Amino acid sequence: MSQPVELPRWMDVLVLPALNLVIALAVAGVVVAIVGFEPLEVLQLLIRGAFGTPSGIGYTLYYTTTFIFTGLAVAVAFHGGLFNIGGEGQAIMGGLGAGLVALAWSAHLPAWAMLPLMVLAAALFGAFWAAVPGALQAWRGSHIVITTIMFNFIAAALLGYLLVNTLKAPGNMNPESAAFAASARLPGVHELLAALGIAWPRTPLNLSFVLALLAALAVYLGLWKSRPGYSLRATGFSPDAALYAGIEPKRLIVVAMALSGALAGMVGINEIAGVHGRLLPDFVAGAGFAGIAVSLIGRNHPLGIVLAALLFGALYQGGAELAFELNGFSRDMVFMLQGLIVLFAGAMAHVAAPFLYRLWKAGGGGKLAT
Amino acid sequence: MPVNATASPAVAMRGIDKRFGAVHANRAVDLTVAAGTVHGIVGENGAGKSTLMSILYGFYQADGGEIEIEGRTARISGSREAISLGIGMVHQHFMLVDTLSALDNVMLGAEPTFRLTPARATVRAGLQALMDRTGLVVALDAAVAELPVGERQRLEILKALYRGARILILDEPTAVLTPLETEQLFATLRQLREQGTTILLITHKLKEIMALCDRVTVMRQGAVVLDAEIADTSVDGLAEAMVGRRVNLAASAAARAPGEALVRARDLRWRDGLGVERLKGVSLALHRGEIVGVAGVSGNGQSELLDALSGLLAPQQGALTVGARGFTPERWLDPATARTLRIAHVPEDRHKRGLVLPFAAWESAVLGYLGRYCTAGWMQHPRMKSDTAQMMDAWDVRPRNPALRSSKFSGGNQQKLVLAREALPEPEVLLVGQPTRGVDIGAIEFIHGRLRAMRDAGGAVLVVSSELDEILALADRVIVMNAGAIVGELPIAECSESALGRLMGGAVH
Repeated sequence: MSQPVELPRWMDVLVLPALNLVIALAVAGVVVAIVGFEPLEVLQLLIRGAFGTPSGIGYTLYYTTTFIFTGLAVAVAFHGGLFNIGGEGQAIMGGLGAGLVALAWSAHLPAWAMLPLMVLAAALFGAFWAAVPGALQAWRGSHIVITTIMFNFIAAALLGYLLVNTLKAPGNMNPESAAFAASARLPGVHELLAALGIAWPRTPLNLSFVLALLAALAVYLGLWKSRPGYSLRATGFSPDAALYAGIEPKRLIVVAMALSGALAGMVGINEIAGVHGRLLPDFVAGAGFAGIAVSLIGRNHPLGIVLAALLFGALYQGGAELAFELNGFSRDMVFMLQGLIVLFAGAMAHVAAPFLYRLWKAGGGGKLAT
Repeated sequence: MPVNATASPAVAMRGIDKRFGAVHANRAVDLTVAAGTVHGIVGENGAGKSTLMSILYGFYQADGGEIEIEGRTARISGSREAISLGIGMVHQHFMLVDTLSALDNVMLGAEPTFRLTPARATVRAGLQALMDRTGLVVALDAAVAELPVGERQRLEILKALYRGARILILDEPTAVLTPLETEQLFATLRQLREQGTTILLITHKLKEIMALCDRVTVMRQGAVVLDAEIADTSVDGLAEAMVGRRVNLAASAAARAPGEALVRARDLRWRDGLGVERLKGVSLALHRGEIVGVAGVSGNGQSELLDALSGLLAPQQGALTVGARGFTPERWLDPATARTLRIAHVPEDRHKRGLVLPFAAWESAVLGYLGRYCTAGWMQHPRMKSDTAQMMDAWDVRPRNPALRSSKFSGGNQQKLVLAREALPEPEVLLVGQPTRGVDIGAIEFIHGRLRAMRDAGGAVLVVSSELDEILALADRVIVMNAGAIVGELPIAECSESALGRLMGGAVH
């Protein structure tokens, strides 16, 4: 059968991804067993580590926040037919933007002015870092995959240079900036809950999580309810139809990339304003690339991306917990599991579809429809 | 002039039958080609000639019938077998790797040894002998991208001959050639014939048939309608056979005198990226209350004309006037402006342009008219959906489900959806490319009726169609295009199939 089969929507959206996840876990279980651990015990520990304690949940959602931002960044560009591999660099620039305004003004401005300013700076820095490759693609035909990858290196080098040469706090051996004043610290969720009288352990989870959910909603509304979103999706699906419809693709490419970069830049808010309170290297730690997998598994839809980000967040946190609890269980095993999930739920997402389709037909499905 | 009339024919196809779904592409086709002759196969687009040749070359398997090559029954299940039987094909769109040298292109897939350096020497020697014998001269070390079109074609022929082709199929070989290159090609083909190669020439240019062929087969709607020695036929006879029966012109006869000109194009000239001039000084005017039909075999500049008038393509020379607005190549019309000037465009390729296939029907139904469904940047989904339902009612689009994906509708219903969208704002000028390509007969009548109604309401309609029947049924005035130029313009009363067919075949009116 050369044509992809057409599953009913509920199976396509729910059953197939769940099946893919189970296959990935099963294959990972085989590897775990070969290495000499008990697969079910590992799975149990993983889930307990991610969701078993309030602290675990806090960490899981903190990782989730970062993955939502980078996943959305990839999706926005993808709907315009653009493959933005530069989430990493755009996130670095977002952190740099937030850090620079914090270092400059956090001693003088109150939190209500400082925090929006940092969000704006992170968005603008990230947007700029993606808009340049976008413009090069639109007007010069430079392939966006290449330029965004290159921009990752430039961003990392720029941040490193600035930290070592100009921003390093005096007397500090590490390439880190001075700590920001309190007004530039995004409140943690434990602080907010404490204000409401709810006790919650201290975790890196901060207000950025709410920002991420709002961003997902905004991306949904923007892509499916707004005129530029329509134009972007039309361009992504069929550039010829877009030209026919009088849609000018060049500006649209730049705008889509800028929005994508702004979303990636929000990682800087989660990490720099929400957790570290100072500018430091390597705070992105591969989250920009993980966003590609998150978007792929989430089918480029904001809701799917939030769920896929939660899955990845749980794997990060549960994996850290596993490495801690099980002697000899390396964190690389968790990366292996992530890789299998990307393979089965992303790259090979439709391999199991014909099997499901036959099951569904055998069960009498679809007879009413035809 | 068969070299040896008593020998078995080079190709004998008997009772070839082929269906693609509902389309009966070949109906019991018989074709006999004597060895060492040039045999022409002519017919309109979709007449089945390419299908027949694809069956001979193994791209398709016939549903019925048998093939004999040089007297022996053959089962050709792929091009590899065709090549081993001595059949070579030169496609209309060249099958060459642009970045490889001419030599490497010939060698590709036919490397005599694993190591390429000695292989190149062997192939070069073989090719040199072949070039000396046939007069097909190609710069073997130049990259294909640097070769002119005529030389690329010679390379394609060399490639086929190097693989041992004794029967050479040429599909529309002159479509991309200049007149001089065409002359050279014909000289080469005559020489090949003298050396015993059998040549099958697919074309729609009747003059070429008369100039080169020994025998000709005319196909129409999948069947052979004429098979004759070239000495026993004429351009007129071929045109008549190619186009077929007279159609009922009554529908167009009621046309009234046209009104003022809404669109005037003057001397449009456009060269494509390869430097081929696709529009060669085309001028035309579209008047209120008339349907202008553009006839011609596709690929003769009609698509480019349609694109130029709808703003998708800015010609390098020429001028355009729409109402009071004038446009020059520096500041050409763009598609959005065209819509505000009340020019609607139903594109030839509805899959590529007319619809966004993964979009729901109600999303595709506003393509190009976003401004009407937008307040403050937000799309008004309820209004988009209700308008789509209205369009579907008015144009009988089935199924009447605005939420269905655009790709899920049948071709005819997709076309009606595009037409409905373009007709909704009541445009003054409607440009339609291939209004009924791939559309079933019932829908054709419906669409024709609607186009006439728009004309009667005072609109100017331009119909580009490769179906002569359609042009004759719809148009008040017919323009015939050939090789990028208008070669004739006739009021419908003076149109006969043979006159149009002759013009389409390149005879100047």
